[in-house]
Parts: sequence; C-alpha cells; structure tokens
Amino acid sequence: MILLWLILVPLIGGILAWIASRSGSALARWISLAALAGELLLLLLPRPAPYGRWLAELDLPWAPELGIRLHLAMDGLSFVLILLTAVLGIFSVIASWSEITERVGFFHFNLMWTLAGVVGVFLALDLLLFFFFWELMLIPMYFLIVVWGHERRIYAAIKFFLFTQGGGLVLLIAILTLSILFMRQTGTVSFDYMALLKIRLPPSTATLLMLGFFIAFAVKLPAIPFHSWLPDAHTEAPTAGSVVLAGLLLKTGAYGLLRFVLPLFPEASIHFAPIAMALGVTGIIYGAVLAFAQTDLKRLVAYSSISHLGFVLLGIYAWNSLALQGVVMQMLAHGLSTGGLFILVGALQERLHTREMGRMGGLWAGMPRLAAIAMFLAIASLGLPGLGDFIGEFLVLLGTYRIAPGFAAAAAAGLVASALYALLLIQQVFHGPPHAAPAPPDLAPRHMLVMGLLMAGLVWFGLAPQPVLDTVAPGLDNVTAFARQR
Amino acid sequence: MNDADIRAILPFLVLSAALTVIVLGIAVRRDRGQAAILAAIGLAATLASLWPAQAVAPRQVTPLFAIDGYALLLMGLILAESLAVVLLSQAYLARQEGPADEFYALLLLSTLGALALVSASHFASFFLGLETLTIPLLGLIAYPRERPLPIEAGVKYLILAAMSSAVLLFGMALVYARLGTMEFARMGAALAAFGQGPQILWLSGVALIFSGVAFKLSLVPFHLWVADVYEGSPAPVTAFIAVVSKTAVLGLLLRYFLAAGIFRDPTVELTVGVIAIASMLGGNLLALLQTNVKRLLAYSSVGHLGYLLVAFLAGGTAAIEAVGYYLVAYGTTTLGAFGVVTVLSTGAGREVVALNDYRSLAWRRPWLAAVFILMLLSLAGMPLTMGFFAKIYAAAAGVGRDAWPLVGALVAGSVIGLFYYLRVVVAVCLPAAGEQTPEPAGAAGLAMATLAGLTGILVWLGVYPAPAVDLIRGTARVFGMQ
Repeated sequence: MILLWLILVPLIGGILAWIASRSGSALARWISLAALAGELLLLLLPRPAPYGRWLAELDLPWAPELGIRLHLAMDGLSFVLILLTAVLGIFSVIASWSEITERVGFFHFNLMWTLAGVVGVFLALDLLLFFFFWELMLIPMYFLIVVWGHERRIYAAIKFFLFTQGGGLVLLIAILTLSILFMRQTGTVSFDYMALLKIRLPPSTATLLMLGFFIAFAVKLPAIPFHSWLPDAHTEAPTAGSVVLAGLLLKTGAYGLLRFVLPLFPEASIHFAPIAMALGVTGIIYGAVLAFAQTDLKRLVAYSSISHLGFVLLGIYAWNSLALQGVVMQMLAHGLSTGGLFILVGALQERLHTREMGRMGGLWAGMPRLAAIAMFLAIASLGLPGLGDFIGEFLVLLGTYRIAPGFAAAAAAGLVASALYALLLIQQVFHGPPHAAPAPPDLAPRHMLVMGLLMAGLVWFGLAPQPVLDTVAPGLDNVTAFARQR
Repeated sequence: MNDADIRAILPFLVLSAALTVIVLGIAVRRDRGQAAILAAIGLAATLASLWPAQAVAPRQVTPLFAIDGYALLLMGLILAESLAVVLLSQAYLARQEGPADEFYALLLLSTLGALALVSASHFASFFLGLETLTIPLLGLIAYPRERPLPIEAGVKYLILAAMSSAVLLFGMALVYARLGTMEFARMGAALAAFGQGPQILWLSGVALIFSGVAFKLSLVPFHLWVADVYEGSPAPVTAFIAVVSKTAVLGLLLRYFLAAGIFRDPTVELTVGVIAIASMLGGNLLALLQTNVKRLLAYSSVGHLGYLLVAFLAGGTAAIEAVGYYLVAYGTTTLGAFGVVTVLSTGAGREVVALNDYRSLAWRRPWLAAVFILMLLSLAGMPLTMGFFAKIYAAAAGVGRDAWPLVGALVAGSVIGLFYYLRVVVAVCLPAAGEQTPEPAGAAGLAMATLAGLTGILVWLGVYPAPAVDLIRGTARVFGMQ
C-alpha cells in the first residue's frame, strides 16, 4: 500500500495546498513542503525488505473488463528515481518561494500533480497505467509553463505538449498492438508488464513496436531529431518548471527505455543499438556546441541538458552493467547539477530581470556566494573528477568503450566542448566589467540551504558512489534478466 | 399487440403522454416554468419506464421496433442527454424574449424521434424516426425568430435535411427493389441468397442510405452545414443537435449494419474507412482555422465522428462496446462544453462564442472555466476524463483490425486536435488584461448544477470506467433479434 500512498500524497497535498491558498500563500507553500517531506519519509523510513524481484509491489484490479490493472512495483531503479523526485520537488518549492507571487495555490497544485504523475510513471507496471501517468504529468506541466512562464510561454508550452503528446499517441498505438498480439497468442486480454514479457514476436513486428516505444521515449529524453521542444520549454518555464522538466521529466524517457524497450524487445534493441548510440553521440556533441553558441543563460543550460542526456542514451544502448550503472549515476547527478543551475539562473533573473549573458558580467564581486556556487555546479556539470557527473560520464564511456570504441572516443570529444561552455558561462556572467550599478542582493539563506544540500549530494555521488550503485544494482539486474529470459 | 408488447414500448407511450400534457398545458396557461418542469418530469418518467421495458426485453414489437438491451441502453443515454439539455436551457430561455413553452414541446417530440430511431428494425420506422427527429429541430434552430442568424441556420438545415431525406428514401427503394424486404434482419439472408458477384443495385442503395445518414452525422464530405447551423442555433439547441441527434443516428446505423450483415462487404468497409479518414483529418484541420468557439466545436465534432467510425468499423459486439463507451463519453463532454457556452450566453443578450470572450475566463469565473477546461481535455483524450478511455477504445478498434491507415489518421487527427483545444485552454488561462474582478455567477443555478453533475460523471467514469463498461457489455449480450 506504500506504493499507492507515494502517488496519493502529492495528489492530496496539491489539492490541500490549493484550498489552503485562500487563507494565505505561505500556507500553500508549507503544505506542499510537508507533503513532499512526508513522501520522503514514506520512502526512507520503512527499510523495505527485499520482496522477490521487487522492493514492494501492489496489484489491484482497476478496469478488469479492459484488462487494465493497478499494478505498481518498485525496485532499486524506481527507488532512487522517486527519491530524486521528492528531493527535487522540495527544492522546487523552495526555489519558487519568492519567484511565484500570483495564484500560488494553483501553482503548487500543478507542481504537486506533475510530481505525482512522475512518481506514477516510475512505479506503474501495467502498460496502460503507465500511459495514464505518462499523459497525466503533461497537463499540470503545461499549465505551469502557460500561466507562470516567461515571454514566449504560450508558444513553448504548446510545442512541448504537441511533441510529447504526438510521441505519446505513437506509444499508445504500440502498447495496444502489443496487447492485441498477446491476446491473439494467449486468448487473454492483458496490459501487464510481467505477462507481456512472455510474448513471442516475429522480428519485423518487434522492430516496429520497439520503434513505437522508442520514439515516445526519445521525444521525452530528448534524442536528437526530437529535441527541438526542449530549449523552448526549459527556457520559458518558471524556475520550478525547469527544474522538474530537466531533473525529472527527461528521466522518465530514460526510465521508459530501461524498463520497457530493452526487456520487451531485446533482439530488436540489439539491432537498433548502433543507431541509438549514434543518436546519443550526436546529441552529446550537438548539445554542447549549441550550448556554447547561446547568449541566453537559461537556453545554455537547456542545451547542456541535451548533451548530458546524450550520455544516458549512449549508455543505455551500450547495455552492459558498467554503462547502465553510469546511466543511473548520470541521471541522478544531472538532476542535481542542472536543477541547481536552473535555480541559480532563476535567482539571477529575479534580481536582474534578464537572462541575457551580454547584460550580466562582473557579478562575482556583488554576490560572491551565488557566483561560487555557480562555479561549483558548472564544474560539476563539465565532469570534474570527484563529483557525481564525472562518475556517470566515466562509467558510460568505460562501458561504451568495450562495445564501440569509436562512439566512446567521439563522446569524449563532447566533454571538451562541455568544458568550453561551462567556462564561458562563468566568464561572461561573473567576471569582466560589472553591468549592474547597485549590486543586487546575494542568495537568501533558504537558497543557500538548497544549494548546500545539492553540492553535498554531488560530492557524495562523486566520492562514494558505491551505496547508490548497490541500491540500483538489483533493479538493473531486472532489466538484463528480463531481457535474457526472452 | 399483447400486454408484453405494451410494456416494451412503454417509453414511447410515456414520452408521447408527456408531450400531450405539455401541449395541453400551454393551451390552459402560458408559463415558461410550467413547461420546463413538465418536460423534465416527462423525461424522468420516461427514463423510469425503461425498467419495465427492460423486464420484457429483448422483444420484437411488430416488424418495426426491436426493443432489446442495445435499444434500451441508447434510449437511456438519449433521455439523460435530453434531460440535461432541458436543465441547461431553462435559465437561458427565461432570459429570452417571446414564449418559451413550445421549445420544450419541440424538444420532447424530437427526443421521441430519437427513441424510435435507436429501436428501429425496419425501413419504415427508420424513416419515421428520422423525420420525427429532424422536423422539430427546424423549429428549435430558428427559435429566436427575431434574430437573423438562427433563421438562416434553420433554412439551411431545412433544405439540406430535405435533400438528404430524399437521397435516403431513394436508397431504401433501391435496396428494397433488390432484396424484396424492408426488415433489417431479413436482409442479410436475402443478400446471401444471391450468392457471389457484384451487387450494383444493392451497393448503390446502401451508399445512398449511408450518404443520407452521413449528412446527419456531419461526416466529411457531408459536413458543409455543420458550422453554420451550430453557430446559428441557440446554444442549448446546438448541444441537442450535437449529442442527441448524432447518438440516435449512429445507433441506428450500427444496428442496420450489424443486422443486415453489411459489415461483411469489403466495398462498404473501404468506403466507410475512407470517409472516416476524411472526417478525422478534414474536421480537425477545419477546426484549426476557427476563432468562434461554436464553429470550432462543430468541426471538432466532425473529427470525433470520424474516430467513432473507427470504433464502428470494429464490427460485431466489439463495435457495440467501443461505440457505446465513445457515445457516452462524447455525449457527456459535448453537453458540458456547450453547457458552458449556454451558461455564459444566459442573459448576455447574444451568443458568447468569440474566442476573445473566453479570454481569462479562469480568473473571472473559475468554476465555469474549470469545467470548460476539463471538457476540452476530455475532447483531447487526456487522462482523468472519459475522453481518455474513449480514445483508447477507438485506437484499439483500429489496431485490432490491423487498419493502419485509420490508426495513422487517428493519431494525426488527435495531434492536430490538441493544438486547437490547447489554444482555447490558453485563452481561458490568460491573465486578464485589466482588472480581475470575479463576475457574479448569474442566475443559472440549475445549469451550473447540471454542469457539475456532468463533470462528476466525466471524471468518475474517466478514472474508474468499469460501471459504464459493465453496463454496455451487458446490453451487447442481448443485442440482436435475428
């Protein structure tokens, strides 16, 4: 039942926050914080005893006539990702404490419902239930961008919705086809993951279905030809929206690939791997080069996300335990470092009312704390050894090198470009002649708290990654084991 | 005609009685409230009379009417939808000039036609039902007779409806000439008796019948009237045309196709498939260009009828289930959307339909805006609403038949659809330009309660569809009088 509560707590918290906002916006914020803290406790307190394959499982009928079940399960992989969801959720609430002043209740409602959708995606083991949550998280995210976004928010929000929803419909068709083929083979209607793992498909059908799943997840990830929604959506979203988009929504794409594409279509995936890895490497280099060319600070961070998620795609399709561990580490570290960068950019915009790097400069003197933290996060994101991102990228490269040395070499070249844009960011924003005459105020204590936690997390991942890797390992074994059964 | 027959057609009798009472009531005393109350009571009593009828179902009453589970299910749906329209229009009409009593009489007469239609099992009752449904609609469309737009819409509908009826009759004549029977159930056997070979006469007949019906369903290329009539009619009438008339006609078409064994013919299947694709793409593309909410919803309904045809083409009991659920979802959603238009237009002295009128609605009338957004999301097939499962049903029907062009058009149409639904949602959510004072809710309390009920159903069956699916499955089993 804990699994159901993991989804319900943010849902209920969101509704309560909306209602409470009538008697004060601070109350809405505190309720959201409390709900997310509750989520965290729910996740951490009862050390789950290993339960077969899963840490916890829940299987209830939902719409039995249609073969849809409320089947939730958590393994190490979902566990760490939900942990990341709760943590980034708390950070988002804190980061928007002073940024969001209008319609605070509705804002927190949307934020919490997005988080609930993300948690649902990480837990669902019934394919239609998964699809339900997959679409559910889009709507509140869309409202976050439309109502609280920046200048071109409507364009960005509609583009975001059309891209992901187009991918989602392809996913729906693929899920339905898979289930109907299963029904023709066995005579039972089911969308259950464990049941569908047993289906036997002719290679051509499997390839087509695999592509259907892949496109939906590649749009979300985003992989290269489907990425163009990302810079717009990330740039125009409010800070909390950007953090949730980059930190969590992108991860749902990677999670989908790991949980569904590889185990359901192992052979087709192996044949497809070179193409996917090529897309990943292209993304790494393309994202880094475009990040370097940006003048808008938030767009720079957004493009750097494309580059980082390229490593995730590369690692998933390199498909050995080293690379997969790297993928998980990269997802967690990217969530923290990029989430942190978006919070800083938001703080800068709140103070300077611009995101143009040309109109910043020399900020180090006025706000040393913000500048030093930005320096730390930029360096983390370029992959300095000792910090989380390095572990992720290094493991992915190591794993890829065993399979495809060429791809590994090209990806490593992308690391050089990432050093360029990270240093460019620091140089343009914090050094040089100062632009703003009265120095704006430095970071507030609550921001410092968030940043301190973020940095501690990155250092922890960088210096002692083993506990995380050990937690995830059984989950990753699931991926490979399910694939091997086929 | 024995006792059981009388019980089977009890819904017709009760509704006709209610109609008579309203007309007599008008003769005694003209009073808007009285007619509305009588109409609501009459519809509720007819709904209640479905239970005694259900006890004797399935039953063939004369060769004309088949009172089976399928008919009763659609009757229930139609009556509930009519009742919602009566509740929605009460405040709207109260603010209009001129007498409002006849409005309810016409509405009930049209509903009677719809009930006859969904239980028709013979060409005679088919035509009878269709005309009883259509002719009162003319009066309803042109009801605000001092305004030019409704009159224009009424005349347009009159001419095109008359033409489509003529086409339909000619088609029936051709089919009768070939098969020698007008009963649906005998047609399959009569057709099979001719053995293999092309059936030009029969095919032309079916094509003409389908054209006549497609006009009522506003499928592409028979959709040209739809935007003008939707725009010109008073908002509650638009809801009635969009929901009741389409439910009844599609219900009839499905029974005719299933009972007369038309699904087996590949030419018909191909034609219906092509029309479905044209409707999904054409309707959604045309809706993209609209800035008038009624016209936008009109073209969106063309697209939705296209999706419904995909479900329709599944054939057999699968089609009944898919079409049944889709009709419930479409009815709830469309009533809700036009209900919001009705409430906004109540007392405004005009139809509130320009997209600009909906700007920042969320901050002026938050509850109404929430209902409208939920309805639009349901039309777009988003989760937590019935539209989500309706979309899954339609897509599953297409995938189940390996009809990939249909599935492709469905995906393309849905993505286009999203774009213009989102445009409306954006307009509703935009911050107000000037001051943000919540407007008074107006006197449309009954209409707001109806909308709340519709929203409740939309979300309840959207999260937990089992009750609806159970009900539809149960009735699908008692389908068929062959």
